[in-house]
Amino acid sequence: MTCLLIAEHDNTQLNPATLHALTAAIELGGEIDLLIMGDQCQAVAKAAAKFAVRTVLVADSSNYQHQLAEPCAALIASLAKNYLHIVAAATTTGKNLLPRVAALLDVGMVSEVLAIEYPDTFRRPIYAGNAIATVQALDDIKLLTVRTSAFSSADAGEHSADIQQLAAIEYSTRSHFVSEQLSQSARPELTAARVVISGGRGLGSKENFALLAQLADKLNAAIGATRAAVDAGFAANDMQVGQTGKIVAPELYIAVGLSGAIQHLAGMKESKVIVAINKDADAAIFEVADYGLVADLFEVLPELEKLL
Amino acid sequence: MKVLVTIKRVIDYHVKIRVKADESAVELNNVKMAANPFCEIALEEAVRMKEAGWVSEIIAVSIGPVVAQEQLRTALALGADRALLISTEQTAISTEQTASSTDQTIEPLNVAKILAKLVEREQPQLVLLGKQSIDTDNNQVGQMLAGLLNWPQATFASQLTLEGELLTVTREIDGGLQTLACTLPAVVTTDLRLNQPRYASLPNIMKAKQKPLEILPISELAVVLKQHSQQLKVMAPAKRKAGIKVKDAAELVDKLKHDAKVIP
Repeated sequence: MTCLLIAEHDNTQLNPATLHALTAAIELGGEIDLLIMGDQCQAVAKAAAKFAVRTVLVADSSNYQHQLAEPCAALIASLAKNYLHIVAAATTTGKNLLPRVAALLDVGMVSEVLAIEYPDTFRRPIYAGNAIATVQALDDIKLLTVRTSAFSSADAGEHSADIQQLAAIEYSTRSHFVSEQLSQSARPELTAARVVISGGRGLGSKENFALLAQLADKLNAAIGATRAAVDAGFAANDMQVGQTGKIVAPELYIAVGLSGAIQHLAGMKESKVIVAINKDADAAIFEVADYGLVADLFEVLPELEKLL
Repeated sequence: MKVLVTIKRVIDYHVKIRVKADESAVELNNVKMAANPFCEIALEEAVRMKEAGWVSEIIAVSIGPVVAQEQLRTALALGADRALLISTEQTAISTEQTASSTDQTIEPLNVAKILAKLVEREQPQLVLLGKQSIDTDNNQVGQMLAGLLNWPQATFASQLTLEGELLTVTREIDGGLQTLACTLPAVVTTDLRLNQPRYASLPNIMKAKQKPLEILPISELAVVLKQHSQQLKVMAPAKRKAGIKVKDAAELVDKLKHDAKVIP
């Protein structure tokens, strides 16, 4: 029983998401080959060889520089017959790539795996985590993306896996990389942050919304917003947490001046610890909060900032 | 050029989900249904492309029960030129085991195969889909369709521009934005920030009643569908334990430091 784990990286460093996916691959119980597709990415291969994998497969070619779905899916499909499982982290890269591989192989795929019950049976969230489905994959090759927050990060050990170079396969694509703008914010990315502070319509204005920034700076937190706050123009679209926004599961989620609409809860209720601050004691957010503070947020925020 | 847009009928996103007592599925009876929000964004983009003069015809497609006509009529009112419903109800009768939840269990690869067949029939230059549906949350169909057709794909699109045959797409990726250029035909899946869908006006709703809506049973498409997975169970997520109310900010900080240990 062998598993092909798809590495995510920037040609220099392995993305931590891959190490969470590695833990899931280990749980599947077989030997693991790690596939690195990139351009001048030998440093990534060297680092990856320290983990508990059998072989690090490296396809080093300008074809794979930006890990576009078209050439990468073709390469993975060409290797697939040797494997029982093909696994990637459920990042935007993994989600972009693996379904295309599935179609090339004429097999199904299981997205955002939360737990492995058997090597062919998995738990995954549906309806933005408002229900959990148990799914059995019936194809010979099982393709999975795994939710990184559901699996811990694998540690590097004293391993030294074999590194094997693969030839790039011929592939002509009609899709080309143009540019990339990675956000330069000092704040962590919303879906990867350890602490998230989210504001709702209760903040009242865009200017007041900025009050969250000082607290976020102290806690090295990302800032989120409800759909209502986004619609009201208090916050940017990409800050939206909810069923149609981003799904987050940080260690600490601080909900400020938001009611806890179903749509919003769907995006954050997997957070480990939830704090709610709202002056309306009947707000639905208190039903999911570990710690609720019924108070005026404009008084509480400065106090919290002082205390932290 | 012609654009194909997919519209899925799902539970309205404001509705609280209930899992059936026998843990077989989510309760769909007497629940408010709506078009998948990401599909609405795809349709809006197609309409804007038509308004910009890039697109000559928008075909809205749904694969689902006969009642999904409602969502297609709305799509027509919003600017689609014609609609096509691939009815899944016959399969409900032939495979009784999954009869209760058939329209939810047409697996992504099978949806992609049906769409590939329609692409062959309609010859669109662009297929626009939502990045995922908010019921099954698979996020697979667009990528699978692109793979089956061997077309370029651009997922999580937040900006689209077209110059001749060259489509430039800005994608939302973890930690930022990526811009791709691909030549048509292509598959694009839409993210939240691509646009803000409009509402249908009453005159347009009236006009939509006259627009063509074709219903085609799946069986007439001559596409071979295979079962790739089986849903064994659907559970409600673990309930969070009831929390406590704290009296002030100081107590909150104390609890977070000493009980929850989530801040230093």
